[in-house]
Amino acid sequence: MTTTLARSASRRLRQESSRLFVIRELGIVAALTLLVVVTTIVNPRFLTSQGIKDLLLGSTILAILAVGQTVVVITRNVDLSAGSVLGLSAFATGSLFVAAPGLPIPVAVVAGVLLGAACGAVNGGLIAAVQVPSLVVTLGTLYVFRGIDYTWASGRQINAADMPGAFLSMGNTTPVMTMFAIVVLVAAGYYLRAFRSGRELYAIGSHPDAARLAGIPVGRRVLAAFVVSGALAGLAGVLYAARFGTLDANAGTGLELNVVAAVVVGGVAIFGGSGSVYGAAIGALLLTTIGSALPALGVSPFWQRASVGALILAAIGLDRALAVRLARTLRSGR
Amino acid sequence: MVVLELRDVSKAFDAVQALRAVRLGLRAGEAHGLVGENGAGKSTLVKILAGAHPADEGALLMDGRALRLAGPADARAAGIAVIYQEPTLFPDLSVAENIFMSRQPLRGLRRIDARAMRARTTELFDRLGVPMDPDRPARGLSIADQQLVEIAKALAFDARVLVMDEPTAALSGPEVERLFAVVRALCEAGSAVLFVSHRFEEIFALCERVSVMRDGRLVSTDPAAEVTVAELVRRMVGREVAEMYPKAEASKGPPLLQVRGLSRRGAFTGVSLTVHAGEIVALAGLVGAGRSEVARAVFGVDRHDEGEVLVDGRRLRNGDTAAAIAAGLALVPEDRRQQGLVMELSVARNATLARRWSLARLGLLTGGAERRAARTWGERLRVRSAGPDEAVSALSGGNQQKVVLAKWLSTEPRVLIVDEPTRGIDVGTKAEVHRLLSELAGRGVAVLMISSELPEVLGMADRVLVMHEGRLVADIPRALAGEETVMLAATGHGGAG
Repeated sequence: MTTTLARSASRRLRQESSRLFVIRELGIVAALTLLVVVTTIVNPRFLTSQGIKDLLLGSTILAILAVGQTVVVITRNVDLSAGSVLGLSAFATGSLFVAAPGLPIPVAVVAGVLLGAACGAVNGGLIAAVQVPSLVVTLGTLYVFRGIDYTWASGRQINAADMPGAFLSMGNTTPVMTMFAIVVLVAAGYYLRAFRSGRELYAIGSHPDAARLAGIPVGRRVLAAFVVSGALAGLAGVLYAARFGTLDANAGTGLELNVVAAVVVGGVAIFGGSGSVYGAAIGALLLTTIGSALPALGVSPFWQRASVGALILAAIGLDRALAVRLARTLRSGR
Repeated sequence: MVVLELRDVSKAFDAVQALRAVRLGLRAGEAHGLVGENGAGKSTLVKILAGAHPADEGALLMDGRALRLAGPADARAAGIAVIYQEPTLFPDLSVAENIFMSRQPLRGLRRIDARAMRARTTELFDRLGVPMDPDRPARGLSIADQQLVEIAKALAFDARVLVMDEPTAALSGPEVERLFAVVRALCEAGSAVLFVSHRFEEIFALCERVSVMRDGRLVSTDPAAEVTVAELVRRMVGREVAEMYPKAEASKGPPLLQVRGLSRRGAFTGVSLTVHAGEIVALAGLVGAGRSEVARAVFGVDRHDEGEVLVDGRRLRNGDTAAAIAAGLALVPEDRRQQGLVMELSVARNATLARRWSLARLGLLTGGAERRAARTWGERLRVRSAGPDEAVSALSGGNQQKVVLAKWLSTEPRVLIVDEPTRGIDVGTKAEVHRLLSELAGRGVAVLMISSELPEVLGMADRVLVMHEGRLVADIPRALAGEETVMLAATGHGGAG
């Protein structure tokens, strides 16, 4: 009798907690839907095929960065160098095509990813070696990578004419670009869910000391997370080059904060341990949509920025409210 | 047959020699007790077996072969499971994942088999006899439940050697019994168990042999049947502890603390109690009966929904700790790390935190007054620290507890509420805390003591109140209080006590 009661109580508990998690992701989807519907009513030109295409192309790059950032944030770290790595990789891709015009596109993609992974390895290596918080280390490498970019470019600009047509058309073909994002998203999401090392990333962010005592190789896992984040920033750099065609040393400047915003809005806990890449990707889509919906609504640029800020605060407020509610539910039963 | 052997293991942290040439052999199928005062080196020994610290000198042997532990992963691989004093769970992950982290059952392509993991978790909990949902996150579990998850974790990989560092500190009687049944089953299956505890009854109930540590040395190992508690205590402290529970008779004064019909939804209902000046009243009950919650509500940390609290006949405002302190109430909380101390601050700062206003001149704290006040109380309580400027985090558990006591005693309280005042404290310090509580009662302070240790409750209290599932179910005077009456009431079989 008592066990039956306990069983049904625990089932209720499980339903309640999973419902709260669903609410979190549904919340962003609802906000996104509302935004699109309202904007379309006010300005019917918003959802033209060109509009949708711009939206998806724009979100692709941010979403890929957000996936990489999520992998790092889950471990209670942050990668502020993502924008600089993207810039470096984009310029490297352009330079590669200038130096070897007939280069096959996949080779360029692999080169960008490897360059980004190398940058990520530098980040992760420094964090492990110097034992300094990743916030400080990646703030440093944000400037270092950008500096390398500047020195390399030395004021030069690479134009669309320097790159193969097939490469540029790939960057403006919505299905291809979206496919990149979806493959990255699903692969990362599945890895984090279904593999031991993926779960260990959550464990590290949830309680680093306990992770060490559990025998998890914390240093190695965090290093790997930064390599993944760097590699995805590298990939995003290649896609950036393909999409925009015109490259100088400023590509992707300031993008890291958009990425962190997307991750936070997407429900990834900034202190690690919880959140999903799917949420982060929807967060990226929402931020991109705001970026194009507000001008379409005729909102002034000042309010556009302020509204992104308000969204972040609202997301954090929602997280807090849900956490309090969940805590209350969890305390009440086993 | 000796499974795991330590040969002359030594370990130093900076200038402090934590272990000196320790020799210990753990036999298959046997539970081995380890006792010693706080700071004697028990936890260091546990950490070395866990692979969390490397030994400076000496060797570990498993089945007679040298065992090198470069990290916790090596210890696990060798079949050594460790349950720490403080649970080490991942709050965001599910209970099942906590149990199987890094060892999750796999299916094709090395993917985690979530269904098998859940099934095995349920199986483990059935074995432990607790209904816990494998899918719920570890966040929000009570300390006792967290400890049960730790135990399930150790069970999950059929440890050859199970090391437990005070696993019962937060468990209630039936939970301890269940744990012991599981440990005995493990022993029968051939595992070796090292059981570190401050509770002698448990050591004698579970262990075949018992070792004593003092100042980093292993001073003795005997069959449990051949030693007495008094003998063990003398070896631990190196001196005779005169009297464990020295409650002196004190004349009962007027009622100082009166609680009438206090209720807080979901925690406790209709609690009424009175504590007179010079009286020590114990609040007994199982973990989770709502004792700490009552204490928090009386002190105003939590708001209550119904009822009232009176100190010396004057009603306290609901949920106002400042008013409670002003009225002469003091609360020494259960979890000193989280609720009683600011770990990074110095001993002096912590000890004077509760009365910083009376020490301040023109609203500014001068270090001198703080240090003087801290020294006075430090001496009275015999706190062992390098000095008033040492950070509290550097002190041992027993000495931390003394600082918490100093903090509240320095406010000269008229009503003192102590929640588990001697949990995780060595015997010597325990006796000092008991002496102090008795002395305070003698000076006319009303003491309400929450304790899960029956000998302490029976030895110290003038009256024993028992709580069961949020209600006060018994009020037993000292003369009638015995282990049986209190336990029956606490488990809800007390009748009209």
